Amino acid sequence: MIIIGELINGMYKDVGKAITKREKDVIQHLAQDQVKAGAKILDVNTGPYSKNPKDDMKWLVETIQDASDASLCLDSTKPDAIEEGLKLVKKRAVINSTSADDDRMDVIFNLAKKYNTQVIGLTMDKSGVPNSRDKRVELAAKIIAKAMDHGLNANDIFLDPIVLPVNVAQTQGLEVLEAIREFRLISDPPPNTIIGLSNVSQGTKFRSLVNRTFLVMAVADGLSAAILDPLDKELMDALISAELILNRHIYCDSFLDAYRKR
Amino acid sequence: MAIEIAYEKYSGSVYTVELGATAESGGTRSNIIKVGGQSAFPFMFEEGDTPNPPVVGLEILDCPPQDWPDGLKDEFGDSFNDPIKWAKRCVSEFGSKILCVRLMSVHPDWGARPVNDAVAFLKSLLKEVNVPLIITGCGDAEKDNDLLAKASQVAKNERCLFGVATQNSYKTLTASCLADGHSIIAESPVDVNIAKQVNILISDMGLDPKRIVMHPTTASLGYGLEYVYSIMERARLAAFSGDRMLAMPFILFIGEEVWRVKEAKESPSLGVKWEIATATTMLHSGADILVMRHPKAATEVAKFLSTLMKK
Repeated sequence: MIIIGELINGMYKDVGKAITKREKDVIQHLAQDQVKAGAKILDVNTGPYSKNPKDDMKWLVETIQDASDASLCLDSTKPDAIEEGLKLVKKRAVINSTSADDDRMDVIFNLAKKYNTQVIGLTMDKSGVPNSRDKRVELAAKIIAKAMDHGLNANDIFLDPIVLPVNVAQTQGLEVLEAIREFRLISDPPPNTIIGLSNVSQGTKFRSLVNRTFLVMAVADGLSAAILDPLDKELMDALISAELILNRHIYCDSFLDAYRKR
Repeated sequence: MAIEIAYEKYSGSVYTVELGATAESGGTRSNIIKVGGQSAFPFMFEEGDTPNPPVVGLEILDCPPQDWPDGLKDEFGDSFNDPIKWAKRCVSEFGSKILCVRLMSVHPDWGARPVNDAVAFLKSLLKEVNVPLIITGCGDAEKDNDLLAKASQVAKNERCLFGVATQNSYKTLTASCLADGHSIIAESPVDVNIAKQVNILISDMGLDPKRIVMHPTTASLGYGLEYVYSIMERARLAAFSGDRMLAMPFILFIGEEVWRVKEAKESPSLGVKWEIATATTMLHSGADILVMRHPKAATEVAKFLSTLMKK
């Protein structure tokens, strides 16, 4: 499973402040801690309050790369901010994200082609997030087809069925899980699938429990990547155990420790 | 129509273990032997690197062997009574590039020689023979704890390979290897889960994974060899997929296993073939070090190996 660390996001108060005040050590520690905890890729989001997303993205990418050699997932609604980051990345990056709208896909896939990146494709469009698995699969197929039209490989696309909070959209949990299963049938080899995990527990009590329960269910349905908080040790333990049960690692009594030595 | 051959590519590789320290690195060995480092299954040169070919070594004991059949003993003539001479013959006459010495003499059933005497023997062996050494105890846990700690000290900085550590008994030997700069043999009973566990227990004590060699248990042809074969393949596949706690080279004690089966005991010539067949099979399942007993078998296997290594 590919783990993308979610914590470098200006939406979080301390990160937002670190971005505004250019506190490098805060960001660099977050980067290093997440990698140490198992993240292979780090999400980089300037946050909703960024007054100058281009400059902030540039500063974040430089700051992170000074302290870590993890790949980056550039997370912004603004293509010019993403491109600012793409100009600087040292390793192959992921763009987070495009919707299934043609105009947005054209812009993002052009960037992906130009900078040789992978892309997260959200199965939503201007009419919003679908209620059903079928509509999600329809949009997923549209994203894959469009990506291939732009000369991208299907397996460089991470399809995101969009997880919604269980306390406001309880019917959507199952739809998302089924969508993950069905996305895998769209192409051969199957496209990658991804979820932004923490959304499932927004506003709930016992957030960590809800997160790890959902993650384990999604992993069993074939999920290939997740944006999550790798510093949540119980979440990571649950993920490692789920992958063990799916025979992705060889068992030993110290299997948690063994996984972390990888 | 041309047939396109499908090749597998793996992301992981086996750790490279270095055995023997020359004067440059503080030891007195004449050469260094590297094992492991490969990123593909044996002899699949198109699929990855095989930087270090497997190595074939002979073994000696520090006392006359009690349970070796005559046909095997005959090869060494009277040198059994002088293990130093025996060791020298293995190196100079039979071309063993690495030598395994089993300190059996201290075993309660093998004469119970004082530990210090066996250690003194090892000390003189280190002076007389200069290839890298694999050193194992007598198999009696209590004796070995004392013996191997002392043996490790007299061989300090020679970068020997010491064995064996098991899931229930690894701490003393690991501590000795850590202190004296040796590598360790981590043994498991034909069980990939326990193999991984022993490796992690040893590395948790601070020994670099590059200083661990796995013994997955050896089984002779006709006596469970296929179980060991599949365990080795499974571990290797995990290593190539990135599991660092199964990415250690393998050692197999071929001679010990073969020369106790009835076919070998009854007919030495069949025993030689039995040892060759067992060894060559293990080469294909990923063996990195083969410890053998019959010089003819060892020579044949080394010859076969050099043919296979021609890319």
